[in-house]
Formats: sequence, C-alpha cells, structure tokens
Amino acid sequence: MVINLGGRKSDMVLLDENGIRCDGRKVNETRKVTIKAGVLKNASGSAYIEFGGNKILAGVFGPRDVHPKHMSNPDTGILRVRYHMEPFSVGERKNPAPSRREIEISKVIKEALEPAVMLEKFPRTAVDVFLEILQADGGTRCAALDAASVALADAGIPMRDLVCACASGKAGDALILDVNNEEDQAGQADMPIGYMPNLGKITLLQLDGVLTPDEFNKCIELGVEGCKKVYEIQKNALREKYFSKGD
Amino acid sequence: MTDFSIIDKLKRSKILDLLQEGKRIDGRALDEHRTLDVVTGVIPHANGSARVRLGDTEVVAGVKIQPDRPFPDTGDRGIFICTAEILPLAHPSAETGPPQPPVIELARVVDRGIRESGMIDLSQCVLEENKSVIGIFSDNVVTDHDGNLFDTCSYASVAAIMTSKMPKWEMKDDKPVLVEGEEGDTPITTIPVSVTMGRIGEFILADPNIDEWACLDARITITTNSDGNIVALQKGGKDGFTYEQIVKCSEISISSGAKIREIIKKAVGETQ
Repeated sequence: MVINLGGRKSDMVLLDENGIRCDGRKVNETRKVTIKAGVLKNASGSAYIEFGGNKILAGVFGPRDVHPKHMSNPDTGILRVRYHMEPFSVGERKNPAPSRREIEISKVIKEALEPAVMLEKFPRTAVDVFLEILQADGGTRCAALDAASVALADAGIPMRDLVCACASGKAGDALILDVNNEEDQAGQADMPIGYMPNLGKITLLQLDGVLTPDEFNKCIELGVEGCKKVYEIQKNALREKYFSKGD
Repeated sequence: MTDFSIIDKLKRSKILDLLQEGKRIDGRALDEHRTLDVVTGVIPHANGSARVRLGDTEVVAGVKIQPDRPFPDTGDRGIFICTAEILPLAHPSAETGPPQPPVIELARVVDRGIRESGMIDLSQCVLEENKSVIGIFSDNVVTDHDGNLFDTCSYASVAAIMTSKMPKWEMKDDKPVLVEGEEGDTPITTIPVSVTMGRIGEFILADPNIDEWACLDARITITTNSDGNIVALQKGGKDGFTYEQIVKCSEISISSGAKIREIIKKAVGETQ
C-alpha cells in the first residue's frame, strides 16, 4: 500500500499482519513517557515531558496581577494558556509567529485545564501557562496538556484533579492508542482526549477522521485507559520532586 | 529584555559593597564565567541543536538548513540568519507579542558575532548562482533567564552549527531537489566565542548574573575567533567605558574566550 505522508508518498506499513505498528508498538500501547517536575528556576511551577519524540517545556506563573487590567475578573481568577512551537520543532522550519492552529490549540488546552484549577480562590488574578514545543512528533496537544497539569500542581495552585491526556485513533483499520506522527498523517482517525481521572470527566476531546459509532465508543474507552497510564507517570513526577529526599 | 523590580536595584548597594572587597555576589572572581554546560543533538528534527546552561541561564538552539533564494546583492553566497527569543516561561516579566528592542538587539548581536567571524563558509552553500542557495537558520530560545543571554545564545548557536549536518540538493528543472540519504558537514572555518562583560562603578565583571545585570552601568560583548582575533563588538547600557577599561575587556574576552572555546570543542567532540 502506498500512503501519503504530508504530500510525500511512502510505502510504510502502519499495521502489519501481526498487529505491530510502524514504530514497533502494539495497538494498545503508548509511546515512552517521561515527565520531570520543577525544571525551571524562574517559573512558579514547571515541567518537562518527553512523549515519544515530543519534547515539551511547560512553565506556570501566578496567580499574579492581570495585564491588561481590563481582562481581570472581580469574581474569579483567569487562566491563560499559550501553546507555541519553536521554529526547529518540525521538519520544515516553522515561522515563529503564532499560527491559527496554535491559537486554537491554546484555547482547547485552556478549556481542558479550567475545570481542574480552583480559580475562584484567586479573584482579579491570572494564572499563565506557557507551553513550548521544542520538538513535535504527533500528539503535541496531549503531551502539552499533561505537562501543563504537572506544572500547575508544581506551582502549588489548588486543583480538583490532575488533567491527563492521550490520543486514540484508527490506522490500518484497527483502533490504536497514542497516535504518532506517521499515523496522524496517514491514518484514518486521530482523537485527542483530556481526562480528569478522579472526577471521571473528559475535558478535552477532538476528532479528525471517520469512526463508526461503535468504534467511537471503543476509541474513547481506549483513550481513557491511555490517560490513566499517563496519570500514574504524572503522579510519579510530582512524587519524585516532593517526596524523594526522605521527607 | 526583561524588567527589573525595585528590589533588584536595592541589591546594587550590596553588590557594590562586596565588589569593594573584591568579591561578587555569587562568590566568583571578577573575570570568571559561571559553569558552562553544553549538550548537543537534543532536537533530532533539527539539522543541528544544542542546549546550553550558563549558570542558571538556559538556551535551546536549533539549526534548520533548507534551500532559499539568495539576497539580491550576494547571489554567490548562501544565507545565514540567527534569531533569538525570550520565551514567556523564562522569566516572570517576559511577555508574548512582537519582540521588544532589547530582544531584537540580542538576536542581532548573536547573529553578528557568528556572521562576522565567517564561521560558516557561505561560498560553499550555493546551488545555482543568483537563483538558489542553501539557507542556514539558527533559532535560539531562552528557557530560563538568569542574566547574560548574549553569551548563552551565542554558545548555543555555535555548538548547534558545529554539530549540524547539511542535506544535499541538486538542481532539476530550475528547482532544488533533495538527494535522499546524503548529507555532509556544514563548512566551518572558525569557532567564534562571545564574552560579555558589565561595568559596575569601576569594576569589570565577566558574565554578569541577573542580579548584577539589573544594576550594570554599561556592558560590552566582544566576540573572538579561533585565532584570538576580535571579530565583533557591541557596547550597550546607559553609560560608557574608558579606553583602559575597553582594553581590559578585550584582554578578558581573548583569554576567557579561549577557555570557553575549549569547553565547547570538548562538548561537541564528545557527542559527535
């Protein structure tokens, strides 16, 4: 089968006869995820995530004064999120100015985090979350959301739950967990999911591609299972920072 | 670059008192740089990359190499462009939006040091004269700001360029076509090293940290090449330097530059 990879033709096999994917994973396996909390000196809270080939830094500031002032709300704090890709993060150099895609992703990540952050405790202030994609390899919005959530917790901002995220999708006619770059470009569906595991709430959900209703349900279940695996890694990252030195 | 609070300015008297005793606020000698840590190959998607820490200042540089149109007046040479950006997560006062003049200065000073040294032999980066050349983009992003971004960005870019691999293109039907699976070393002629110094009162401090940076009277960035010659210089800040001070700065830039060049060479060699 000849597939189209971002305008480039490839004869890559997304799923072989043994159910093994192009990067050697099984259908229900995520890529390797490592998270480190507290990696920046100046930020109130920070995290670095490597999610497969994705390399993302998250930094949180606040609660702090709102500039411009008119954005502040006397009833609650506000959350602001900037998702931004470095020019060297992708194949062809990316213009450093924010694209429409980045603006949209910033918004969906903000809305995925808002239900978890107890902003009502900090009226008239802002919590700023900066997500810098140093290298992109498919599934950046999920990985960025994972890092953002750890960075918010690292900043000591009261939260109802962590938000964990992982994508599921469809490639080679099979449902797959954690869609990589090749599967995103040449596969049949990509569905990023953000999930609060203790409250059981999905706070981010998008879908590109075609799924039957049955596949859709299974895809969400599969994605939530992936989120729960990431949740354990997020908790470990925070434990590592706050409980590893014998206290 | 970033704004400094009134508290930073109050530190000035403490910093000055210590300097009278010949000491710096973090215990370094006056002409001593902070610990330099260079790791290359951190961004596999880039053609070359480096993460550099100078004390607590951290910069990631990525080099992208791709065909481009030449500048109209230099059709026989490739293009080199270096940029710098302070990411909003690098400091509480760093903001998003169009770059402010200090950040533009940062990018231009880093660019000039590398460009003027002739580090990259751009005459070897031509695909078809006046039509198509190879463009080399070195983008620096500051991820943690603890002073002296000039040197940190410069070291990051230099290390990223030194470890970069150049893909190969051939002209077909007036268009550059990538030759899959072939790449060579980027043509490098020298290793430029910038050394930034600040003046507080009569004292010259190499590699000011952010506390010192907040109360500099003036600063100067001097770039030297592998032969120990000065290739670029930029003075900044509200005050000036005496002739004697400039000479002293140039001496520091040559001696410190040589040491730093060895650290970069070692780091680049280790990971190649």
